[in-house]
Amino acid sequence: MRPDNSNLSRRGFFAVAGSGLFVFFRADLDAFQEPARFPGRQAGPTDFNAYLRIGADGRVTCLVGKVELGQGSMTALAQLLAEELDVPFDSVDMVMGDTDRCPYDMGTFGSMCIRMLGPVVRAAGAEARAVLIQMAAEQFHAPPDRLQAKAGVITDPLAPGKRVTYAQLVEGKRIERHIEKVPVKPVAAFTIIGKSPRRKDALEKVTGKAMYAGDIALPGMLHARILRLPAHGATLKSVDTSAAEKVPGARVVRDGDLIAVLHERRDLAEQALGLIKAQFDRPRTGLDDKTIFDHLLKTAPQPQVVGQGGSIAEGEKLSTAIVDETYLNSYVAHASMETHSAIASVENGKATVWASTQAPFSVKPAVAQALGIQQENVHIVTPFVGGGFGGKSGAPQAVEAARLAKAAGKPVQVVWDRAEEFFFDTFRPAAVVKIRSGLTAAGKIAFWDAKVYAAGEREATPFYDIPNHHTVAAGGWQGGNPPGMHPFGIGPWRAPSANTNTFARESHIDILAAKAGVDPLEFRLSHLTDPRMRRALETVAKQFAWKPAKTPSGRGVGVACGIYSNTYVATMAELAVDKSSGSVQVKRVVTALDAGLIVNPDGLRQQMEGSITMGLGYSLTEEVRFQDGEVLDRNFDSYQLPRFSWLPKIETIIIDNPGLPAQGCGEPPITTMGAVVANAIYDAVGARLLQLPMTPARILAALKKG
Amino acid sequence: MQRTISFTLNGKPARVTTDDERMLLWVLRSDLGLTGAKFGCGEGLCGACTVVVDQQAVRSCSVPVKDIAGKRVVTIEGLGNGDKLHPIQEAFLKHHAFQCGYCTSGMLVNAYALLLKTPKPTRAEILQHMEDNLCRCGAHVRIVEAIQEAAGAVKGGAL
Repeated sequence: MRPDNSNLSRRGFFAVAGSGLFVFFRADLDAFQEPARFPGRQAGPTDFNAYLRIGADGRVTCLVGKVELGQGSMTALAQLLAEELDVPFDSVDMVMGDTDRCPYDMGTFGSMCIRMLGPVVRAAGAEARAVLIQMAAEQFHAPPDRLQAKAGVITDPLAPGKRVTYAQLVEGKRIERHIEKVPVKPVAAFTIIGKSPRRKDALEKVTGKAMYAGDIALPGMLHARILRLPAHGATLKSVDTSAAEKVPGARVVRDGDLIAVLHERRDLAEQALGLIKAQFDRPRTGLDDKTIFDHLLKTAPQPQVVGQGGSIAEGEKLSTAIVDETYLNSYVAHASMETHSAIASVENGKATVWASTQAPFSVKPAVAQALGIQQENVHIVTPFVGGGFGGKSGAPQAVEAARLAKAAGKPVQVVWDRAEEFFFDTFRPAAVVKIRSGLTAAGKIAFWDAKVYAAGEREATPFYDIPNHHTVAAGGWQGGNPPGMHPFGIGPWRAPSANTNTFARESHIDILAAKAGVDPLEFRLSHLTDPRMRRALETVAKQFAWKPAKTPSGRGVGVACGIYSNTYVATMAELAVDKSSGSVQVKRVVTALDAGLIVNPDGLRQQMEGSITMGLGYSLTEEVRFQDGEVLDRNFDSYQLPRFSWLPKIETIIIDNPGLPAQGCGEPPITTMGAVVANAIYDAVGARLLQLPMTPARILAALKKG
Repeated sequence: MQRTISFTLNGKPARVTTDDERMLLWVLRSDLGLTGAKFGCGEGLCGACTVVVDQQAVRSCSVPVKDIAGKRVVTIEGLGNGDKLHPIQEAFLKHHAFQCGYCTSGMLVNAYALLLKTPKPTRAEILQHMEDNLCRCGAHVRIVEAIQEAAGAVKGGAL
């Protein structure tokens, strides 16, 4: 049956759009089943209209400003929409990170895709479904609450002949109709949420067809290789580009401080770049990866209190033993396998840039400013992104490509090489955490006095039941640090602050447990009343078959737990330490995670496995070495990422907690890795590692110290 | 030296006239339009650019195109047959043995080369063969599972 277009009651709501149905809705958080609990939501989309479109062919397009970095949001967001809209999962096509087509989004970071955008997508789907049912009801002359929607078809159970598809209802028209406060489905009604369908990106990725920014070619495109400074703080003294200009097909372009060689072939641009003779003035700061920690303590801004309770002085009076330790971690690189890449076309005062970025809507004003054009004349498209982990929160390569495209009058592609990637990375900051604490005669923590330098405040305040505690944080990854505090860029790295602070806290707890002569799991539980954390620890212990013992027991087992993005994580590990070489083989890692409602269990397991594997890197090998602003690690020969031979047996446990809305999953399970490895090393050999990464040299030194 | 190099690319004859010192990766990506092999490190350290030359996995970022004259080159685009995926691709698909997907072409092609040489690899052989292919997302555990599954599927000579 066709919709009756003469129906006066609907006439006012339709406008011909040509390509489908747009459902306009307001992000009325009251309408969500999930309570308004998002601290960042004021920065979320408020001026958007369309999150979804129903095409005349029945396919549903979901438009979101988030991007697919590998974290699986392309799949999980499609599940959320398909569930609420009642359409087949396979009929949903995702359009992500396109600034012309998608509603504004702050960026893809902070484990927020499902936690914060999820409720919006669900609300959009629920409202669209209600609107479609209302439209069908008018057509059927039946009450809407009697109608049923399933797989994109609306039927009237009391009138078997009545049947209309969403596509038939929409008929390529645009509708503007609101229904306020449409409830989303209860958990019990889910048929798509909670399942693990094939990832939307799977086929393209296993066939090599998935396109990344560096794979996109435009007619007449030139590849750029850019002259770089040898060290942060260096300045260009003189430059001679004459030899490069003689290379057939090469063109040297200078735009302010940007000097680049352009060529139709990237490798030939690279060759020509090598012919540029440049001299630089280089700074001598004396700062390197060993002196950095004292430097941070000297240069960090004024500490801010981030958590406190009771009185440290009272706690000290109750203490019979004091433990005072300092924890360090080095700078860590993001090291996504895809380097920062972009291709820009600038024509007639309009720019289109395809960029590998986590935040296309931030790239837009940056490109506009660099080109001196209005933002509405800039279009950012985000193809698949080859990993981000926080490192692609900006996109300076997109601005470079746009500037060079404007200067050259042709499309220009910029694909950083690995050395550029290490040089311009916004590293996880090197940091210092000092924790001073006391134990009562009964083995209870009497006080906890913590000072965090450079890491930031997230997860700095202990969640254990400690009567007297005080935590300050001085500086962080988010900026606001004095100039010169860090010798290069720093920024968010998967679970910012939390890897450092969890390493310090959970190491310190283990030291206290050893001092008290109590099994580290039992010690934690004796200081915990939070039921979610108790459950996470008990769950992981059961799977691990944890046997209580004082440390060091010689078995090489460890435990650590944490909270991030309101997700609870508890991890246990077993490892072996080679006392002669100082090398560590992690044999088994078990992680239990409570992230509330789970949209896609397999997707969650991928994030957990990925976090565990990636976390081994910052635990054991990853640190950026530098000298006087020069980054000494420039490729994967010296900067060691986790490899296949490192692979422990990984067991992931998803704690069933569907009554809690879906929380963040991409970051929490990495936060416990440093501490769980440190604690297991201590249990194995009695050596306490206080600095990340726990390299063989540091382990040997700790063994020697005893 | 500028010259014409002839070779077999994914089962079909291919010719390219270029400076023969150029690395195969860039010839594949720029001159031949095959972008499945990725640039990751440029020094043969990450494996994202892996292709198979005469049944051996090589790092195309570090192989001059002159070295492949007359040889048979297989890239990710050459796995499978039309719409039919190769068993190793099927296994990666089934196990979701990828996240961002950037290392995936290299992982698949390197695993394909392993199964050509060793149709029934042990777990230790898989780890050893895949050791120098880097994945930042941490899909390793699934990649190993996928290779094990594909090894089971290819015993009838699917390769």
